Amino acid sequence: MENLIEARGLTRRFARLVAVDHVDFDVRRGEIFGFLGPNGAGKTTTVRMLTGCILPNEGSASVDGHDIIREPVAAREHLSIVPEEGNVYVNLTVWQNVMLMGELYGVARARRRQRGEQLLKLFGLNDKAAQKGRTLSKGLRQRLMLCMALVSDPTILFLDEPTSGLDVASARLIRELIVQMNRDDGMTVFLTTHNIDEAERLCDRVAIIHNGRIAAIDAPGALRNQFESVRSVEVTFSDPGLDEAELRAVPGVNEVRALAGGFRLFTSQPGRAAEAIGCLARERGAPIESIRTLEPSLEEVFVRITETPEETTGE
Amino acid sequence: MNERERHSRAAWRRELHGAYVIAKKDAMIYYCKAPVLIFGVLFPVFFFLAFIIGREADPGMVVPGMVAMALFFTASAVGPLVTPWERRSKTYERLITSPISLLSIVIGDVVAGACFGAVLCLIPLAIGTTIGGAELTRPALLALGVLLSAVCFASLGVVLAAPATDNPSQVMMLSSLVRLPLLFVSGVFIPLSQMPQWSRIPACFSPLAYCTDLMRAAFGGANYFPLWLDVLMLPAFTMVLVAAGRIFHGRARIKGV
Repeated sequence: MENLIEARGLTRRFARLVAVDHVDFDVRRGEIFGFLGPNGAGKTTTVRMLTGCILPNEGSASVDGHDIIREPVAAREHLSIVPEEGNVYVNLTVWQNVMLMGELYGVARARRRQRGEQLLKLFGLNDKAAQKGRTLSKGLRQRLMLCMALVSDPTILFLDEPTSGLDVASARLIRELIVQMNRDDGMTVFLTTHNIDEAERLCDRVAIIHNGRIAAIDAPGALRNQFESVRSVEVTFSDPGLDEAELRAVPGVNEVRALAGGFRLFTSQPGRAAEAIGCLARERGAPIESIRTLEPSLEEVFVRITETPEETTGE
Repeated sequence: MNERERHSRAAWRRELHGAYVIAKKDAMIYYCKAPVLIFGVLFPVFFFLAFIIGREADPGMVVPGMVAMALFFTASAVGPLVTPWERRSKTYERLITSPISLLSIVIGDVVAGACFGAVLCLIPLAIGTTIGGAELTRPALLALGVLLSAVCFASLGVVLAAPATDNPSQVMMLSSLVRLPLLFVSGVFIPLSQMPQWSRIPACFSPLAYCTDLMRAAFGGANYFPLWLDVLMLPAFTMVLVAAGRIFHGRARIKGV
């Protein structure tokens, strides 16, 4: 599949701090690409470099074949950004904000009016078109920012924490529309998020950035499979149950964590471990209330990667 | 027309359109606001009254200085604040991530400031020619002077907006530090020919001096510099200031502000 974004050795320093350190990755046309990382990992700095907001100190990147340093205007023609902080013009109305962005991106008057009306309807803002930006709640501002970003029909949409701090209804609407626009219009989405569950549900591939470096890039499922040691068995007993020391002795178990009313045993072979626990429980007369095997969640993969800074995986 | 020329023309059109959108945005958000307009009207009127009331001054000497001063203050008043305001509200990121160059943003800001200054300087001009009794002898020269000076002073305002800060009060301090001394070396209150010899040297480096000179000539007064020099120096200052604005704003962007 064709790459829409190519980043090679992208580096950005702020005084002595290396915020982004020789980052390499590609974003394929038509995919939803998740960019995960803890606070201060370099997510927003990477997005700001790719969107032309700040310049890299080293390395290069291109958007739709246009180098972000040598052809910045051409590169920016293809993208729109919805930043984390609501940056609408508070003194302009909802409609004026959308039209201003359309005009700035050179969208013809008839097209921007038509597209603006469509978007306001789609995001439930058509009855608020005459309201000033300052009167909108955070959720409505976020919807307005999406309308402002989409009025130019971008090839790639950068979303920086788009659902952070939003009410459930707004977050859900935004997620649904992101997927819809990706599926129906083929729009590529670059999603920066803290919400691992959101990344897992929405993204075709995710990159995990840690300490300014890419620690892993792959499809969420493939990333989970790379961390077999994070597979587990969850077991609860009716009293009297097995204790932690007995469970630790089960063959193949790497780690045991006590839960409320039970235990979680980490192992690369959860099926065999479950059988062994069953046998042991019968031997000791400890009735099992429930037992289930669990695949690692993306959150666990994320925690493992960000806990071990030297460990790197990738495609 | 070959492909390259077509591409170049399209790029120019896009940049000009971008500058127009920026100017329109500035006018809607920053200039066409009651407090800004009231300040823009009252400031030159009160300055005019302060200088004319109770003095036996010749209106032909006072009015050109007042018009030049009003133009200087109004055209360069809001420009220094636009970028820090936008940085603070994070809307500046919208502009620099849009498909227009930094030069277009700078030019758009200059155009907005110039239009604001040129329109508002009509108020002291109207008062000066009616109540003040000053006689406008060369209206075409006045129009040319207002146009060239408004663009030049607005460019100065945009350069003053360049420091890498999102705090408007810091920029206001710098703005006052640069603009106020220019008033006293540019022949606004006393014609340059009547100023001490030593003080005429810094006047050569002040765009306000060339504006004031043109205004005096338009009201039938004697010009200190040759008129052709006045007409050449104002665009020259504009070009230097716009280039400086582009460089300084670019540096602030490299710093990540």
